[in-house]
Amino acid sequence: MIYIILSVFLGLFIMVMAIVAVQTDNLKVAIIATGIVSLFASIMFLIYAAPDVAMTEAAIGSGLSTIIFFYVLNKIRKSND
Amino acid sequence: MQYLTLQNIGFATGFILILIGIWGFLTQKNIIKIIISFALFDTGTHLLLVAVAYIKDRTAPIIDSSVNSANAVNEIVDPVPHALALTAIVIGLGITALMLTFTLKLFKHKKSLDITKYKDLKW
Amino acid sequence: MIKKVFIFVLLLGVGSIFLSLSDNFKEQKELKGIGRYYAENAADELGAANLVTAVVVTYRGLDTLGEVSILFLTSAILGFILSLKKTGSEDDKQVFLPASEILVTASKVMIPIIFIFGAYVFINGHLTPGGGFQGGAIIASAIVLSILAKPESKISHSFISTIESIAGIGFIGAGILGIVLASGFLDNRIMELGTFGTLISAGAIPIIYIFVGMKVGAELTSILVNLKETKNIE
Repeated sequence: MIYIILSVFLGLFIMVMAIVAVQTDNLKVAIIATGIVSLFASIMFLIYAAPDVAMTEAAIGSGLSTIIFFYVLNKIRKSND
Repeated sequence: MQYLTLQNIGFATGFILILIGIWGFLTQKNIIKIIISFALFDTGTHLLLVAVAYIKDRTAPIIDSSVNSANAVNEIVDPVPHALALTAIVIGLGITALMLTFTLKLFKHKKSLDITKYKDLKW
Repeated sequence: MIKKVFIFVLLLGVGSIFLSLSDNFKEQKELKGIGRYYAENAADELGAANLVTAVVVTYRGLDTLGEVSILFLTSAILGFILSLKKTGSEDDKQVFLPASEILVTASKVMIPIIFIFGAYVFINGHLTPGGGFQGGAIIASAIVLSILAKPESKISHSFISTIESIAGIGFIGAGILGIVLASGFLDNRIMELGTFGTLISAGAIPIIYIFVGMKVGAELTSILVNLKETKNIE
């Protein structure tokens, strides 16, 4: 039961963060929101008894791809403002 | 209330993430936002794969002291979708990195991230 | 306006497809098909405690080879595209702000620990959750920390590509040894299976996962280093 309540909250939070990521005008906020979506998805994977996938998502989906987004944004922003 | 199972919550979250992703890359003008939408779409598919593999009251597909090796069939979830999701996550990072590199290249030519300014292939 | 209506109709259509899909989905009560076979036989056949590792490395090892090649292609294309941009603009050097004291000091302590943790994750891939991809990503994040702490330092491209090539040759070589000594490409029974559940067990799975981990770590590092060395676009 506790897992159902937890996963309902995680799912709602993931959806809200996804909408924030698509709708916001600030690119930094959008990238951080994408990272948060991945991080909370990895907690959901753990509830679904998939620790391998959870580790991969936490290391690659929310760690490295956020960093790559920020590298590229950094290269581009220098000239914009 | 009987619809509120772990598996259905995973399906709902995954499907809605996929829909948000499609909505994002159809409506957004900024190239980085489009790539973010693709990343959300990716996460949604991974959630779906893992939710399909889940079986109620079972544990992770690792055989150790808590899972009896002879009775493993009745105690673990399906390992095959997990392997697929593992592959999908790593390839998703590769695709994201490639798209971002092409964005850098495009930005160098037009100095803009607005997708509507790129009309070279339009007629 | 017509565009918005079209997008709305499309989303509605996709959403109704998803709804009927999840409506027709019958909840699994027990393992069926290939999943059942793996659960029954993987531990005895391959000696791997982590069944996901058994599927990724041995049963579907060819897929893993394809996946690693896709990652290699990504890093190669990325290096190619970014190096086109770098030519002819070597004269103006990039200026880096110095990193903060805390970051520099902490990175000296943390980087070796993160490296050891990454190696632990891919060596123990057949026993615990984890494996080559996760370990490689952890090692790449250690490199990110070192880049953040010392932005002016250079990471040698030839060193990265040497590690990458050695790991690739080792991976393919272990696969071909499987044809010669066991029953097929990437078969792990080229060595003794050993005691179930110990570090040195499961035949060649730890060795193949070490190669995969080195290869993935080198490829992700090369992507990051290439992106770091690109000039800011003025």
